Amino acid sequence: MVSIQELYAEIEGKSILKGLSLDVKPGEVHAIMGPNGSGKSTLGKILAGHPDYEVTSGSVTFDGGNLLDMDADERARNGVFMAFQYPVEIPGVNNASFLRMSYNAKRKHLGLPEVDPFEFELLLQKQSKLLKLGEGLLDRSVNDGFSGGEKKRNEILQMMLLEPKLVILDETDSGLDIDALRIVAESVNRFKSPDRSFLVITHYQRLLDYIVPDVVHVLANGKIVKTGDHLLVRELEERGYDWLTGAIPSEVGG
Amino acid sequence: MSKDIHAIASKPYEYGFVTQIESDTMPKGLTEDVVRLISGKKNEPEWMLEYRLKAYRHWLTLTEPHWAKAEYPKINYQDIHYYSAPKITEKKASMDEVDPELKRTFEKLGIPLFEQKKLAGVAVDAIFDSVSVATTFKGKLLEAGVVFCPLSEAIEKYPDLVKKYLGSVVPHTDNFYAALNAAVFTEGSFVFVPKDTVCPMELSTYFRINTQDTGQFERTLIICEENSSVSYLEGCTAPMFDTNQLHAAVVELIALDYANIKYSTVQNWYAGDPETGKGGIYNFVTKRGKCQGKGSKISWTQIETGSAITWKYPSCVLIGDDSVGEFYSVALTNHFQKADTGTKMIHIGKNTRSTIVSKGISAGKSENTYRGLVQINRSAKGAENFTQCDSMLIGKQAIANTLPYIDVRNASSSLGHEASTVKVSQDQLFYFAQRGISMENALQTMINGFCADVFKELPTEFAVEATQLLSLKLENSVG
Ligand SMILES: Nc1ncnc2c1ncn2[C@@H]1O[C@H](COP(=O)(O)OP(=O)(O)OP(=O)(O)O)[C@@H](O)[C@H]1O
Ligand SMILES: [Mg+2]
Repeated sequence: MVSIQELYAEIEGKSILKGLSLDVKPGEVHAIMGPNGSGKSTLGKILAGHPDYEVTSGSVTFDGGNLLDMDADERARNGVFMAFQYPVEIPGVNNASFLRMSYNAKRKHLGLPEVDPFEFELLLQKQSKLLKLGEGLLDRSVNDGFSGGEKKRNEILQMMLLEPKLVILDETDSGLDIDALRIVAESVNRFKSPDRSFLVITHYQRLLDYIVPDVVHVLANGKIVKTGDHLLVRELEERGYDWLTGAIPSEVGG
Repeated sequence: MSKDIHAIASKPYEYGFVTQIESDTMPKGLTEDVVRLISGKKNEPEWMLEYRLKAYRHWLTLTEPHWAKAEYPKINYQDIHYYSAPKITEKKASMDEVDPELKRTFEKLGIPLFEQKKLAGVAVDAIFDSVSVATTFKGKLLEAGVVFCPLSEAIEKYPDLVKKYLGSVVPHTDNFYAALNAAVFTEGSFVFVPKDTVCPMELSTYFRINTQDTGQFERTLIICEENSSVSYLEGCTAPMFDTNQLHAAVVELIALDYANIKYSTVQNWYAGDPETGKGGIYNFVTKRGKCQGKGSKISWTQIETGSAITWKYPSCVLIGDDSVGEFYSVALTNHFQKADTGTKMIHIGKNTRSTIVSKGISAGKSENTYRGLVQINRSAKGAENFTQCDSMLIGKQAIANTLPYIDVRNASSSLGHEASTVKVSQDQLFYFAQRGISMENALQTMINGFCADVFKELPTEFAVEATQLLSLKLENSVG
């Protein structure tokens, strides 16, 4: 699905990713853990095409093509989706119309006719019920004044609508209450499919108890320093990251 | 490499072409003889020439004002053509006789000079440099008693009305550019709606500057008698030249008892070169409406997008008791543009009300200033004003200023003021992009949300156009 080779990237002259490699096959769930500031969100944003980051070397292949050649909106329409750690507020833009615009952009890309507001409304109602998303949120401006948990659910709603191929969840669990965490995790599990891959960025075991990853990576200092199976999560929970970052990280690369 | 938003190609100004047509252009420069010559070209009566000469002599005593938030080199008034007209200036009885080259020009600009076609509900007066080349639906309007014609024609056919009202709202002594305009104005539209008449269609004047180094000094006069109403729209474009062009118009509106005038502007003059800031229109305009009658209403709506420098304050003088003034404005600046715009609401009559809604959008290295005055005189018992000024900043180098002046001279009036500033961030646009939405659509959506209060005031025929125009102007502006 996505293959990252020796990726180096920087922002405002500061280098963040330093030779990161990662291979995710269709249908796989990969968890990415690692200390604060290690570059997890950066990795997600670079895959999604944020224009502030500059890739200085390395390559990313997605679905057989060169991902880095595409603009952010093109990548999105081709199936890259990122649920943001901090979803941005867009005052003045109605959430429901935003969702419809996004949905129709994807449909247009697939050569399908656009759906009208009425048709879309029905679709939205169904999806938002599954997520127990308060209906009021659809009539408000995008993320504007949403609580932390509401923003995260709104992200998941978009994921379900857009049916992407590669899903990057950036700390979607943080800010969710216990019930919401379960609801979101269940939605993700239902959403898993053999031709869809997930990169789940998280700090906590509890999400990964629900969404069981096939592979777990530790990202530190801009590269993958350890790769294991879901048992690694428990070990990290107990031991923290020092043993990985303090130890000669360059030799434990994954 | 992912493409930076900076790099997305900016759409060039669509209307920057020059029409190749033989024209009768007066040599550059301004003297008393030039004023006489203009008057002569228009076959004006003696009183009109006198009016011009008085204004010209007054203008000579004035100095160019420079208080607005825009710096520009002193204009050389001897380096401007004050008159330029396409060679075939005889007004044609039928539209089919309009010069085909001119017809094509206006068609390219989206302004049909054929009746009953695209904009069937809109009568158009098309002004090319210094003359009106066509006015549509004149006959149909006259049936309703509405006069819609070039001002030069009104001077000839309705001298009493022109004598009575010309300069009654904006006298030639008002300011430097008003004096200049009164001396050398060449064309403009005249609208007269008689008592108890609702104008049966939208009226629209379309201004086009074509000849290089030509000043456009149009003059518009709209009179609505008792219980009548009209909705009027002006649009403007110009070719791309690397020298600046002066546009110094005067617009006067008069509303008698219970009359209602709605005046909308979609201004898309050439703004200058996006990279260097060279060229573009200096848009120094005096627009004022007089709510003379009881319960009368004047409403200004403007979408200002072009011009290198805009300097404009469409105002309302609320004389009649219970009269209403409104000002709805979207001013967009990008690259090196400067806009200093706003309104004046002068409350004189009792229970007069005014509303000001200003939306300033600044992008690139531009500067956008709202400057407004709300003056409530002692006589204006029970007057009310509500002002809302919102600014939207796009990118890191744009500047927005809000300068509301309030002058209240009685205690029974009430005023409300709200202001806000929003910044369009790279992260917001990235959010749109991450959901598959193109930059163009993202900006259009954000602008729509921001300007909704103003767009809803535009005649429906033009609301969609205005939105598209704004987002076009903003491409390539975030970073
Ligand atoms: N615009 C910027 N300018 C300078 N440094 C930046 C910028 N954006 C991010 N960084 C830095 O890049 C590093 C990686 O940030 P990133 O958000 O990817 O970390 P993270 O692994 O997601 O951390 P967390 O677990 O706290 O979410 C941090 O040190 C951060 O301060
Ligand atoms: Mg992060």
